[in-house]
This record gives sequence, C-alpha cells and structure tokens, in this order.
Amino acid sequence: MSAIVQVKNLTKTYASGFTAFDGVNLDIEEGEIIALLGPNGAGKTTLISTICGITQPSSGQVTVGGFDVVKNYRDARRLIGLVPQELSLEAFETVRNSVLFSRGLFGKSRNVEFVEETLRKLGLGDKMDSRINQLSGGMKRRVLIAKALAHEPRVLFLDEPTAGVDVELRKDMWNVVEDLRKDGVTIILTTHYIEEAEAIADRIGVINKGRILLVQDKHELIAQMGRKELRIDLADPIAAVPDALANYCLKLVEGGQSVTYSYDTRAERTGITALLRDMQSAGLQMRDLQTRQSSLEEIFVDIVKETT
Amino acid sequence: MNLAAIKAIYLFEMARFFRTFRQSIIAPVISTSLYFVVFGAAIGSRIDTVDGIGYGAFIVPGLIMLSVMTQSTSNAAFGIYFPKFTGSIYEILSAPVNFFEVTVGYVGAAATKSLVIGFIILATSFFFVDVTILHPVSMIAFLLLTCLSFSLLGFIIGIWAGNFEQLNLIPMLIITPLVFLGGSFYSTSMLPPFWQAVTMFNPVHYLISGFRWSFFEQADVPVAISLGAISVFTLICLTTIWWIFRTGWRIRS
Ligand SMILES: Nc1ncnc2c1ncn2[C@@H]1O[C@H](COP(=O)(O)OP(=O)(O)OP(=O)(O)O)[C@@H](O)[C@H]1O
Ligand SMILES: [Mg+2]
Repeated sequence: MSAIVQVKNLTKTYASGFTAFDGVNLDIEEGEIIALLGPNGAGKTTLISTICGITQPSSGQVTVGGFDVVKNYRDARRLIGLVPQELSLEAFETVRNSVLFSRGLFGKSRNVEFVEETLRKLGLGDKMDSRINQLSGGMKRRVLIAKALAHEPRVLFLDEPTAGVDVELRKDMWNVVEDLRKDGVTIILTTHYIEEAEAIADRIGVINKGRILLVQDKHELIAQMGRKELRIDLADPIAAVPDALANYCLKLVEGGQSVTYSYDTRAERTGITALLRDMQSAGLQMRDLQTRQSSLEEIFVDIVKETT
Repeated sequence: MNLAAIKAIYLFEMARFFRTFRQSIIAPVISTSLYFVVFGAAIGSRIDTVDGIGYGAFIVPGLIMLSVMTQSTSNAAFGIYFPKFTGSIYEILSAPVNFFEVTVGYVGAAATKSLVIGFIILATSFFFVDVTILHPVSMIAFLLLTCLSFSLLGFIIGIWAGNFEQLNLIPMLIITPLVFLGGSFYSTSMLPPFWQAVTMFNPVHYLISGFRWSFFEQADVPVAISLGAISVFTLICLTTIWWIFRTGWRIRS
C-alpha cells in the first residue's frame, strides 16, 4: 500500500534566501504515529507548513492521500488537520463558534453535536460558551486540537502539542492521540520531549538543519543505536579497578560497591563473557547483575552532535 | 465551490459585527448628525440652494457615501488584517478554499456591514431634512456597488498592511480627501475651472455624482459614466486580489 503522505525532494527557500530544508524525502504510512525530533530551528514547522499549504514549496512534491498538495489542494487539504505551534486564535469568539467555523471552512455541513462531542472528549465540555481569551494556555491548545479535528481529518499534524502543558494534561493529550490512532488517523507530531516520542510514536524521524537524518521504527532505533550498560554489584567494595581489567574501561560507582561496563548491542562481540571470566580470575566476587538500555534522549543527542 | 466555507467566513465576520453592534453604528450616526448640525443647520442656513436643492438635503448622498466608503474600507481591511495579526489566518491558508471563496466571505461581510450603516445614516437624515429619492433602485445599486468595491479595496489594504498604522493610513490619507474633494458637500460646478478639471481625475467624484442623481436627478457627470467608473474600479480591485492569491503576496511565504 502506498504511503498516505509522500514527500519527494522537497525544498523550501524563503524569500530572504534562507533555505529551511533541502531535498527532503519522507513517506508516512496510513494509521501510524510519527514523531519528528529536532532542535530549535531545525525546520520542523516549516516542513509541516509546506505540507499543509501555509508556505509554498520551492521545489519538489508532496501528496496526501494521493492528491498533490499544490495541484489538488482541495482534495489534499480536506484530509488534513493542523494544530499549529503558536496559540493563534481569535480572542473574542466563543469556543463552540470557533470550532464550528473550522468545520465550515473545510466544507463540512454544520454539525453542532459532533463539535460538542469533540470538545467534550478534549475536556472542554464546560468551556463551550467561554470566550477564548478567558481560557488558560493549555485549554487554548485543546481548542486548537478541536478545531483541527472539527472536519474529521485522516491525517493530523501536531506541531509541539504539549509545549507549555503540565504533566497531567500531557498524559491526557497522549490519550487523545491514542484514541485517534484507534480511529485510524495518521499522526505526525513534532516535539522536544523525547519521552513523548518514546511514549506514543511508532516511528521517529530526526531532523536537523533542514535535513532528515533518519527515520526509523522506535524500537529498532533504540535497539540498533542503543548502547547497553551492564552493572555488576560486588560482594566487597574495591578502591580501584584492578590492572588486569583495564581494557574494559569499567567505571566505579557507589563508592566501589559496583562497576559498570558499557557495550554496543550491534557489535559482534559484546565482551561480556570475557569480562565475567576476567573478573573471576581477578578475584572479584559478584553479587548481582543488571543491564540498562540507553534512552532515546541519549541517542538523539548523539545523532544531532554527529551532524553539527 | 466550497459554499460552506463562504458561509462560515461570512457568519464569523458578521458575528464580530453584532458583538459590537452598538459601537459599530453609534460612531457613524453621531458624526453624521454633527455634519447635519454644522453644515446643514449652521452653515446651510446661509446657503439657499445648490442646483436647486436645499443644502441640507443636498449633502445627504455625500454624507452617506463618506461613511459607507470609510466603513467599507476599514471593516474589510480590519477583517483580514486581524487574523494575520493573531496568526489565526493559518486556518484559511490550510483550508480547501480558493481566493474567490475567501474574498466573497470577507468582502461580503464587510459590504453588508457598511450597507447596514448606510441605511442607518439615511434613516438618521430623515430626522434633519426632507429627502426625496427619485430613483430608489438606482440609489440602492450605487450604494451596493460602492460598499462592494470599497470593501474590495479595504481587503487589499488589509492584506498589504504590515502594522496597525498602515491599516489606518490609506483610509486617512487617500479615501477621506478623495471623498471631500469629490463633491460630497458641493457641486463641482461651484469650483473654479482648474479644480473642476482636477476633480475629473477623482474616481470618487463619479460615485457621488451618480448616487446624488438617484436622489435628485441632479448630476455632475452622466449616470452611465458613473456606473462605468465604479464597474472599472471594482474590476481593478478583483484583479488585484486574484493576483494576490495566485502569488501568495504578503500572506503565504
Ligand atoms: N518566514 C520566514 N522567513 C525566513 N526564514 C524563516 C521564516 N520562518 C522560519 N524561518 C527560518 O527557518 C528555520 C526553520 O524554522 P522552523 O520554524 O521550521 O524551525 P522548528 O524546527 O520548527 O523550530 P522550533 O523547534 O523552534 O519550533 C529557522 O532558521 C527560521 O529562522
Ligand atoms: Mg517549530
């Protein structure tokens, strides 16, 4: 099956001459959640804006649901919902009217029940008649999501949906995303919180300086890129690592009560067997062992560092 | 054609108008009343007639035009500038709508508002002077076309404006002088020949003349020319807007 969003060789150069991204290729499958990670100014928002029609591509092509976003913009845009990064809302309108407006704009018949149901799902059931300028920042963010969902899109772009949102609300938001996924909505989100990507995404794309550095299945990414750490608790603390074990680059932790050994899961030999054997011959008694996977955050920092 | 979108934009804009309905109409009503008191009663009492019409009645079409033109321009300019300013225009830009639908929604709402204000001013004037309308159909046609074309102009200004000062600049700097010098308060035949010639280059002059003819059958230029002038003006505005949306000028980076 072909991807629901296809980005081919997309380039965006602003009128100022600044190239925000160059030759981007990206295929997004129907029903998946993909997280785009990247530092400030990486080009995440510009990429989303170009797909959604807010900025014009300089060259290349984007299709959504098989429709070219420039030539068949009507068909393409009907499939897309967008939650922008900025809290851009008309201040004096009520929440309900604002969401009804969005639905109408996308050519859908007026459906107050659907709009109210969407608002309730987002926890805005008691705010429908409030003016937008009477809402907190987190609530405004939810209104933006409701507006994006008002026309029942198949593809949802969430540009930093949880920026400036407290922990509880963030978990709520993840649940909303999970529900949408169950309905088969494809979700593209950008975030600075790696734990967020780790928690909800199927695939992760890393973007820096206008280039997509990699796009990979979350688990594969962690497994492949990940370094693992083996921690060995000792029966008796040691003051220094014995010379015989110098090659393993062990680190003493907890005042010599434990040592840690890090290794690459992709390597042919992890060196664990040899280490355990050598420790035994060095006369160290082991009490316990545990291994730990490095987090996405550490991986992300590594990738971005490599390219700067 | 995305009719639902046109309706959504139109109703959303009209909602803004009704939220602030009293403010929206009170200013034009007060300023019109002031004009009647100052020009109609105080000064007008010393002027017998202009082209055979009592001065108080003579200025009614000009006053309506003055309000309708400035209201149309600033309503439409504000209507599109505000979403640009708050950033909420992202929604319009990412919606399945074309230039025509967006323009009809915004300009239609702005024109409706100024049409309402135009009628309110006309009603106000009945309190001060006797006004006869000899050609009501033509009167309404001129009013409609003026609301429409100046709302189109305002729409262009709103897209062009980069800040609130610029938003007010054109109405202040161009529209008000053109209306005042276009014969709102006098017949151009009262001017020296040189200024009469200059007036011929003032597009607003044709509108006021045609509009006044609908009331009194009294015109500075033939009505057909007035109609032609406003049609050309509307066409120029429409073409400009079509070009703006095609190129994304000032709205789509
Ligand atoms: N209208 C514009 N004209 C010129 N350059 C722009 C414009 N908008 C954005 N840029 C530049 O494009 C680059 C990418 O910006 P973008 O907003 O896409 O980054 P981002 O990845 O979304 O960052 P953040 O995480 O801070 O939201 C930045 O260097 C920015 O300065
Ligand atoms: Mg961004």
